[in-house]
Amino acid sequence: MSCKRKEKAVVVSQECIAEDIYSMWLQTEEIGELAVSGQFISMYTEDKSKLLPRPISLCEIDREKRQLRVVYRVTGKETGTEQFSHLQPGDRIEILGPLGNGFPLEAGAGKNVCLIGGGIGVPPMLELAKQLDAKKNLVMGYRDEQFLTAEFERNGELYIATDDGSAGTHGTVMDAIRENGLAPEVIYACGPAPMLRAVKKYAEENQVICYVSMEERMACGIGACLACVCQSREIDGHSQVHNKRVCKDGPVFLSTEVEI
Amino acid sequence: MNSIQTDTKAEKRILPDHAGTELDTTVNLAGVELKNPVMTASGTFGSGEEYSEFVDLNQLGAVVTKGVANVPWPGNPVPRIVETYGGMMNAIGLQNPGIDVFCKRDIPLLRKYDTKIIVNVCGRTTEDYIEVVERLAEEPVDLLEINISCPNVKEGGIAFGQNPNAAENITKEVKKHAKQPVIMKLSPNVTDIAEMAKAVEAGGADVVSLINTLTGMKIDIRRQTFAVANQTGGVSGPAIKPIAVRMVYQAANAVKIPVIGMGGIACAEDALEFILAGASAVSIGTANFYNPMTTIEVAEGIEEYMREHKVGHIHDLVGIVK
Repeated sequence: MSCKRKEKAVVVSQECIAEDIYSMWLQTEEIGELAVSGQFISMYTEDKSKLLPRPISLCEIDREKRQLRVVYRVTGKETGTEQFSHLQPGDRIEILGPLGNGFPLEAGAGKNVCLIGGGIGVPPMLELAKQLDAKKNLVMGYRDEQFLTAEFERNGELYIATDDGSAGTHGTVMDAIRENGLAPEVIYACGPAPMLRAVKKYAEENQVICYVSMEERMACGIGACLACVCQSREIDGHSQVHNKRVCKDGPVFLSTEVEI
Repeated sequence: MNSIQTDTKAEKRILPDHAGTELDTTVNLAGVELKNPVMTASGTFGSGEEYSEFVDLNQLGAVVTKGVANVPWPGNPVPRIVETYGGMMNAIGLQNPGIDVFCKRDIPLLRKYDTKIIVNVCGRTTEDYIEVVERLAEEPVDLLEINISCPNVKEGGIAFGQNPNAAENITKEVKKHAKQPVIMKLSPNVTDIAEMAKAVEAGGADVVSLINTLTGMKIDIRRQTFAVANQTGGVSGPAIKPIAVRMVYQAANAVKIPVIGMGGIACAEDALEFILAGASAVSIGTANFYNPMTTIEVAEGIEEYMREHKVGHIHDLVGIVK
């Protein structure tokens, strides 16, 4: 049973944790108690020229305090995310959520699992790492500068890959998996499409159960507008064509369900 | 949530005059009585189910469904949308599950609510439209809205909507087969909107609705390509409202049939502009995407305005600005 809400959250803290990467804790009325790892919220700007909310994945969830942490990238000047980065503790921000389906924890419970994050797909892996009761290898890929590494180290074995070789494996997350001889039984992944494509290929070649969290431009966030579709392998029951809605049917899919 | 409630606000629906006049927001569209003039715009409200978590559908005049064709349509490649200044541009491409699944799944869902169902019909050829219209003849739907104005599909759609003769002819064909009253949805991408409204009226349309989206283009300068995969898309949202009000005014003054106005409505004040310009009813589109409660807020705001201005019947506001 779904329980989406639109509410005014209050900024608890805001911090720049890497170049253009910001971490914000939000005090919610109820969403923080309802959300699970892998879900996202839609965040609204105050600027009426920017109508659409920005879908942002949840990095951490404090159910008791009903607080949510979002770690997001400022995508440029005059953008909605830049406006979010100017919010100060005590400021209010309208949010809609929790949206989408989270990561299925039971699939990885007690198993040898790999959590794979790339770029701005790294943050949602943190709450998952905290929730999952398993042997956790955390493989995080960055262009150069790393973030959230201390938090990851507290929640599993961390392996880093960087595009520029400044830390960990010089290369992709898949290079890091091979270099470290990781052989997961279950994979959870979030990141850019080329990374997800490589992870999906690896998982299917090695018969590994793999969940991918997808991203696509969204309008409504609740499954109505059909903007954020991804291609499904089989004809989808809702759409009757090879399309699934990232916001409502996802964002987490079994890798075998979708074409990337 | 998802609870089906009846209107409990009846006690408030009285004008603040000494006679205790009852507030009447009912609208008659070709013999179909809507409890109020607020409906959804096709393609912006999913099947209705998605919004039932936010909105009591019983409080809407009508729900207009997403366009449905004779067979499932896959729609366009992604990216399908982009934000524009004060609006958005979409090129979904009329993705829909086809009439069979629609009748089996979506109609029964909406029928649970005390609201009118308007099915938006799309097609590539005249035969496609007729097939859907005939299939709907025995279904419990109240009105049909014929989409001859989608800018995002190559054949059909807008090909019927930019030429008065083609618009009149498709209207005639649909009317021959339709059991329910027919709304023709017009495109704003024409030189003379009054001429298009007159053409569908001449073809036998019972109601006319406008505007569909305005064809636009946005370039992604970072990727140096089109912002939506379809290259062009339909622009909607508050940014287009003045154009929509102007066109509704022109259409309403050109025809005798009722006009449903839409285009950038985000609040009751916006809706009232359309009503004063000549719209008998209004549709909420893009605003649903960023404020899922818009439809209800507009319905309540219109009532509030009627109380403030001591207007007993919504009819008394329609088209009074001349």
